[in-house]
Amino acid sequence: MGPALKLVAQRVALGLLLLFLVSALIFAGTQILPGDVAQSILGQSATPEALANLRRDLGLNEPAITRYFDWLVGALQGDLGTALTNGQDIAKSIGGRMKNTLFLAFWAAVIAVPLAIFLGLLAVRFRDRWPDKLISAVTLASISIPEFLIGYVIMYVVGVKLRWFPSVAMINDSMSLGEKLSSIAMPVMVLTLVVLAHMMRMTRAAILNVMQSAYIETAELKGLNRFQVICRHAFPNSIAPIVNVVMLNLAYLVVGVVVIEVVFTYPGMGQYLVDHVSKRDVPVVQACGLIFAAVYIGLNMVADIVSILSNPRLRHPK
Amino acid sequence: MQNKLDFFAGRVIAGRMSRREFMGRAAALGLTAAAANGLMTKAVYAAGPQKGGTIKVGVNGSGSADSLDPALSANQGQTMVTRLWGEPLLEQAADGGVEPRLAESYSSSPDAKAWTFKIRSGVTFSNGKTMTAEDVLATMERHSGEDTKSGALGIMRGIQSMRVEGDKFIIELEQPNADLPFLMTDYHLLIQPNGGKDDPTAAVGTGPYILKSVEPGVRFVGEKNPNYWDDSQGHAETIELIIINDDTARVAALQSGQVHMINRVPPRTAGLVARASGIEVRSKSGPGHYVFIAHVDTEPFSNPDVMMALKYGMNRQEMVDKILFGYGTVGNDIPVNGAYPLFTPLPQREYDPDKAAFHWKKSGYDGSVLLRTSDNSFPGAPDAAALYQQSLNAAGIPLEVKREPNDGYWSEVWNKQPFCTSYWSGRPVQDQMYSTAYLSTADWNDTRFKNEKFDQLLISARAELDLAKRKQMYADMGMILHNEGGLICPMFNDFIDATTDKVAGWGESKGFALMNFYAPIKMWVTA
Repeated sequence: MGPALKLVAQRVALGLLLLFLVSALIFAGTQILPGDVAQSILGQSATPEALANLRRDLGLNEPAITRYFDWLVGALQGDLGTALTNGQDIAKSIGGRMKNTLFLAFWAAVIAVPLAIFLGLLAVRFRDRWPDKLISAVTLASISIPEFLIGYVIMYVVGVKLRWFPSVAMINDSMSLGEKLSSIAMPVMVLTLVVLAHMMRMTRAAILNVMQSAYIETAELKGLNRFQVICRHAFPNSIAPIVNVVMLNLAYLVVGVVVIEVVFTYPGMGQYLVDHVSKRDVPVVQACGLIFAAVYIGLNMVADIVSILSNPRLRHPK
Repeated sequence: MQNKLDFFAGRVIAGRMSRREFMGRAAALGLTAAAANGLMTKAVYAAGPQKGGTIKVGVNGSGSADSLDPALSANQGQTMVTRLWGEPLLEQAADGGVEPRLAESYSSSPDAKAWTFKIRSGVTFSNGKTMTAEDVLATMERHSGEDTKSGALGIMRGIQSMRVEGDKFIIELEQPNADLPFLMTDYHLLIQPNGGKDDPTAAVGTGPYILKSVEPGVRFVGEKNPNYWDDSQGHAETIELIIINDDTARVAALQSGQVHMINRVPPRTAGLVARASGIEVRSKSGPGHYVFIAHVDTEPFSNPDVMMALKYGMNRQEMVDKILFGYGTVGNDIPVNGAYPLFTPLPQREYDPDKAAFHWKKSGYDGSVLLRTSDNSFPGAPDAAALYQQSLNAAGIPLEVKREPNDGYWSEVWNKQPFCTSYWSGRPVQDQMYSTAYLSTADWNDTRFKNEKFDQLLISARAELDLAKRKQMYADMGMILHNEGGLICPMFNDFIDATTDKVAGWGESKGFALMNFYAPIKMWVTA
């Protein structure tokens, strides 16, 4: 087995162990929260009898440990169970939500990642001149403003005043791709603005770091122009930190967009998770938590592996 | 000129002239825009409901954990969805009475203990089955049985027996209750085939729409039920409920024309929304009220002078102005107002720091008072608590405010801690409001108010079919609560909805927001 393959296997095993720990933590967390699902469902109109009846029907009278292992056994067999609150099949509901979240994340990434890297390269090319300063100022400003505010401003200008795109980003299966894209245009804009700065700054910093190296000077002395030097020599050598920050931001696009989903009423995972946490619907929270954790762990693993593969010293250890 | 305008208005309705063009021509004839708009509206109403089209509603107050089982309805979105596909026996009428829905008529025995409902014939469920009195019986059984989990259980107690005789459904009560018809308007009690015992979440009922798409917390789509029995409502071909819990997003969706109506316009911005053209903000005073509740069986609130000091120290008008931005009315330390039938106004208690200070000294209590609050107890509750702190401070009464997390507020703070902020959405009749929260034995007696005289009046008022006498009894009960209760009620909030000019047919209503949630069903799309 090659060292790279062994590494991947190790990382995957570690990831699975982490997921197991995460599921235990989430379960413990939901148990600590005050109130239970029966109280949340009935709300202010709960009577003691109705509460007792609902708890019995939902199987909440079992000890917490038993419920956790029942769930774990089911989950290992691929059965995520049904939501306590509305009896819907969790795998099916999450499937739809997950698809939407990935759809939004995908299009945001397709625009944001190349744009960020290009802007980073541009900033290096015109280092300390006005394009660099302009790019830095704009991206830093957009990351400093809270994302919901950017969302509201864009919604007001683009949605209400100009009426270019709908202000409510509803998508459903009966829409064509074009309609869907028009529907998510505004959330994609906001997400792009939010993740742009981080990736762009990292690209700029990493390349500038490499630019101090002797071989860059050599390349320049060979007579390559500045942009060629950056693209051919500096960029490949600074891939590792860039991939790291890109992966972190991709993970954010999948699991951290709750606020944007709420602002634009987008039917994604975040909103789904928050609704069920507030109702103490443990099986759903568990399922969502596992998926989010898996996304984070998976993307970080990809980042690690890419940075190792891109570094000859790590690829061929002595 | 009038003839000309009528002609133009007719053409707009027939779809041969745009609204904008109409306004232009009216202006050319010397009319102001507002007058032309009014004229247009009048013409639309005169033309009567239009059939077809899609009505889109932006709904606040729903989540992806919501169930379709009407027994578990607990929020605005759920109630509105169930209204599409299901119907109760009776419904609240705009005049404060009840109107027949699936029960054609009802009558009671002279002692108000036995009630007979004649079930409408020829009504079918959306699964093709005919609706019968047996289905009604099964529904009521599901909501009242020993092992029910229905939110309606509280009002379904005290039933001795229920039975069916032909097309009649009969309820025998243990105690008389003149308000039983109002209880039948409860939003949980929708008639389902075999009472929904087989499949409570099937969303099969007799309502004007059939659900085509169900995505809890996202969107519900209903299409017109072709066999619906009542022609006077259900005008649009399709109704789409879009869940938009974020206030700004909901208002933006209305302004950008993505939805035709929304509920819960934030009072803070209602004035601004109303200024936009083509949007009408509709506020209606309702039975919902924001409250500060103290347990009168717990120190120091068990001391009547402390309670009185706290009541006189509340600046009610300031609350209405600053918390509701004028969209509401002052409360009077009783849980009922003019929205209720048989209501008698009591002398208004005003903010009086001198009287508050007098009672505070007389009480002999010299500690501070701890008030718990959270954002979700009612919108703006922490601000209201801060205002209250200041108005009490002017009377030399120290109030400590403790902010609690939203999460778990209803299970850990409300009805558990001795003094907190809270919200009541109100009930259709006074009896129900008082029985729910102020009877000694009530489950939700969140002020721990136990008064023998009050209980007696409440029980005897239920059996009293003479309306004048009942009204007096309610006034007496109100007076007792006003003086001795643990309820400090600074304000009744208005329901604030908004609609665009693409829909018409808004009317008076009792009950909840958006015409008691019937607006999508009763309104229609204009040409």
